[in-house]
Amino acid sequence: MSMSGRIFDLAEVSGRELNQALHDAAGGESFEVVNPRGAHAVACGITADIDVVVRGSVGYYCAGMHQQGRVRVEGNASTGLAENIMSGEVYITGNATMSAGATGCGGLLVVGGNSGARCGISMKGVDIVVGGNVGHMSAFMAQAGNLVVCGDAAADLGDSIYEAQIFVRGDVESLGADCVEKEMRREHLDTVSRLLGAAGPIARGVFAEDFRRYGSARRFYNFTIDDVDALAAEARAERWNASSGGVYGAEAVAEAQRERRAELAEFLDDEQ
Amino acid sequence: MCGIVGLFCKTETHRHELGRLTEVMLAEMGDRGPDSAGFAVYDAGVPGHTRITVLAEGREVDWGPVAAALEGTLGAEVTVAAVHDHAVFSTDGDGRIARQWIIDNVAGATVLAQGNKIEMFKAVGYPDLVAERYDLASRTGTHALAHTRMATESAVTTNGSHPFSTGSDTCLVHNGSLSNHNRLRRQLEDQGESFQTENDSEVAAGYLAWRMRSGDSISEALEGALGDLDGFYTFAIGVADGFAILRDPIACKPAVVAETDDWVAMSSEYRAIARLPGALDAEVWEPEPARIYTWSLAA
Repeated sequence: MSMSGRIFDLAEVSGRELNQALHDAAGGESFEVVNPRGAHAVACGITADIDVVVRGSVGYYCAGMHQQGRVRVEGNASTGLAENIMSGEVYITGNATMSAGATGCGGLLVVGGNSGARCGISMKGVDIVVGGNVGHMSAFMAQAGNLVVCGDAAADLGDSIYEAQIFVRGDVESLGADCVEKEMRREHLDTVSRLLGAAGPIARGVFAEDFRRYGSARRFYNFTIDDVDALAAEARAERWNASSGGVYGAEAVAEAQRERRAELAEFLDDEQ
Repeated sequence: MCGIVGLFCKTETHRHELGRLTEVMLAEMGDRGPDSAGFAVYDAGVPGHTRITVLAEGREVDWGPVAAALEGTLGAEVTVAAVHDHAVFSTDGDGRIARQWIIDNVAGATVLAQGNKIEMFKAVGYPDLVAERYDLASRTGTHALAHTRMATESAVTTNGSHPFSTGSDTCLVHNGSLSNHNRLRRQLEDQGESFQTENDSEVAAGYLAWRMRSGDSISEALEGALGDLDGFYTFAIGVADGFAILRDPIACKPAVVAETDDWVAMSSEYRAIARLPGALDAEVWEPEPARIYTWSLAA
């Protein structure tokens, strides 16, 4: 991305002035930020379709709550990069420390280097591509979206994960609770190919076929399947009881359980 | 939340401005810990001499008679220089005996540090003001640690401020909180360590001092700390000829390290490092959880 546009020198103006200008900007405008020197909350809260290039390393929460526009950081980023990103694109050439892409709901985050602990924690729909490795407890409680790791993943990957998908090209030190390896099917290869393409130069020479897929075993969705069964069966028996004028008994519960098991089996078949 | 910084000069290049650069780093971390601040500076020292930095907060102490009495105890010459509410004693006698004598005999005094190379200053107040009062900027030396405190574990007092040191030339700054410090303090007291505060971080300093007095290297002492300290921590540690960093296995307290041919700098946040000479060309990384990093002047 070669840029001109308005230049903000953070040695001269405050982060608030920069962010206010970005919030006031109309779609199509371009900005360049120099001398960030590890400042916090650089280019936070963008909502318009604008382009921002940051030349240097940034502190916490860079491009937080990002929507629509594109932010490119030529350097490293600290805790909470692109936290709660909704749409648009955030790209950094260097490394990110903890919790990159945390709670992100949409859009694309690309980390050219390594990403530290808890990358993609509680992600809710964002796509994240990391050129290097991710730290421990990445994709912890991840709910939706894709985490693509071109390097290795440290301990407890995908602990307590919901329906997000994790793709790792290198070694996984260990999987977190309820996270399992899953089959890499055609649609998953397509997803990884698409995201590697979107990530640009950092993914050059990296192929979807080299990735393995990890996701939720769905054992934690409820207390246990049996608990759910029992609760569902009781609730249903109660409903029958009410509508039929008093047939509440063992037979009704057994019938409800049979029906619930069939439903669960169908659900797991669909989603696995 | 607290802010910690450490600067270790691998070469002569920046030793003449160690204090000034440390002050720049400390000032950047003011927002992380506006309650109080402190710093420790290591210089070449005088061979065979021990310095003892003593704090007597809010008291007018006539240090001359204290030095004279200490001379009698040690059977060695003692000089003293007052720096506001701190005093720095210097002697060629036994530093460990001197430390304990001051703790036992000078009412209201706290011994902050003792060793051949270390001096330490700390106070309640905004970090900028603390650095200025004790003239951090003019100090020279090989390495320095500093801390800005936002108290969580114990009261906002000078004695609760970091760094902490209990052993000769060993000190520590801590971001985090320990959960097993009371039991560990009692165990270390049984082993002969003496503590002067209720602070959890002092126990961590005491633990390292105890391990190193028992013959451990700093790496071995930190290996032990990984097993014996329970809680959250990012530590920066200074010893006579070296500098070390350790984060707990969960690593939720931040840390960033930068290294050039001339220096290693560690901080809670990159912005403290960004202003150092050569920072743009430095290798920058986040220290891994539960991994011990050390640098030594001898290497």
